[in-house]
Amino acid sequence: MQLKESPLDPAKAVLDHVIPAGDGWMHEIKAGQTFRIVDLEGNQAVDTIFFNAADPAERYSPQETLRAQGGIYLTTGTRLMSVEGRPLLTLTADTCGRHDTLGGACAAESNMVRYALEKRSMHNCRDTFMLQIADYGHGYTKADVGANINFFMNVPVTPEGGLTFEDGVSAPGKYVEMRAEMDVVCLISNCPQLNNPCNAYNPTPVRVLVWEKGT
Amino acid sequence: MKTADIALESIPAASVRFREIVPGGANWSHVLKRGTTLRLIDPHGGLNVALLAFNFELLTERLNVPDSLKAQHTAKLTAGHCLYSDMGRILLSIPRDTLGWHDPLTGPSTPETIAAAFGAKSFQEARNKFHRNARDNFLVELGKYGLGRRDLVMNVNFFNKTTVDAAGKLTFHPAYSTPGSFVDLRAEMNTLVVLNTCPHPLAPPAPYAPPPLHLAVFSSGPVPTNDPCRTSRPENQRGYELTERYFL
Repeated sequence: MQLKESPLDPAKAVLDHVIPAGDGWMHEIKAGQTFRIVDLEGNQAVDTIFFNAADPAERYSPQETLRAQGGIYLTTGTRLMSVEGRPLLTLTADTCGRHDTLGGACAAESNMVRYALEKRSMHNCRDTFMLQIADYGHGYTKADVGANINFFMNVPVTPEGGLTFEDGVSAPGKYVEMRAEMDVVCLISNCPQLNNPCNAYNPTPVRVLVWEKGT
Repeated sequence: MKTADIALESIPAASVRFREIVPGGANWSHVLKRGTTLRLIDPHGGLNVALLAFNFELLTERLNVPDSLKAQHTAKLTAGHCLYSDMGRILLSIPRDTLGWHDPLTGPSTPETIAAAFGAKSFQEARNKFHRNARDNFLVELGKYGLGRRDLVMNVNFFNKTTVDAAGKLTFHPAYSTPGSFVDLRAEMNTLVVLNTCPHPLAPPAPYAPPPLHLAVFSSGPVPTNDPCRTSRPENQRGYELTERYFL
């Protein structure tokens, strides 16, 4: 855990957008820009994938990321690594303290496995990802929807090899901020999951901001 | 008797379809038919098997490690666990495992991890003893099926153990697998298995000498209702239901 605040002023952001509960967002972030996600109401999981904007086949890799830092929780200082071992972004501020990258995204199909066959039609992150890429163009397909980060989510792993979804450690107003190390595309699903405590059983909006390099 | 032969003793001889030796650092792939099991055997100890899996009938349906871990509340894989696709179906189950821990966290070795631990050695310098890495090996083998970089999803490293402490710090356990260790991967679909025997990405510095894998594919038949993988947890009961529906 590396808590660190940011000196950046939202009034100077070039992009400032609220993603409603259960909605998605897909947008390019240029090299050097700073990107912040704000957990407006606390304990909202934000499922996020990053791509090299010039070559989307080079995308975010949880395994490269956790291996590069020797640890599984993301916080200030973490470099979000690509499948080719290159940093896509670096976390420069974090007032939450812990973010997950092993829990993946919810989907209609995995919800059936995890909870009940009748839950197939509940809104889920993979559906949001699929709609975002369908509308974004640039040739993204299901093959591009790889493993994601879950900002603000608490998924502890025990020394015995157990893994659980726990109550979040985030709170209203907590944020995570990162600097793009190359031009990237950010794909977000503001998670609508109601079957486990990843959103404290209450999916809420989140805010995204972008500042120009050198602000 | 060789340790690999001992590891095969428990399989009825008539059900063995074929056996193979995969040298260290090499590639292997096979469409494991539903109703067959792949036994991976470590004859010498210290083996790493980096593995990916796909629904051969729909190659966009692929192994999803996060779905597998969260459905089963686990950060390790062993007997009783299932390897899920991203469509809520079971690609492979693990009915038997003599080791107790296989590593889904750390990913494939890469040119950088191999160079750091073993040095870099090209074919020009070393001919067929050139230093190979799991990422490049995956790309080579995936390409044969029309798959590529977009399909390089999170893999499992069999025969290895990486633990996590309370602060989230990773610890790799060298020399975890012992001679004669084996794990069974049972195909619940017609599952394309792509694997290689390159070193683990966290293997400590040493002379480059990845050990070989011995494998056998044998007929294993339908999965009984009291099978431990099916009954180990309600999530897997539902996973089997969804997998069986696919074939109806």
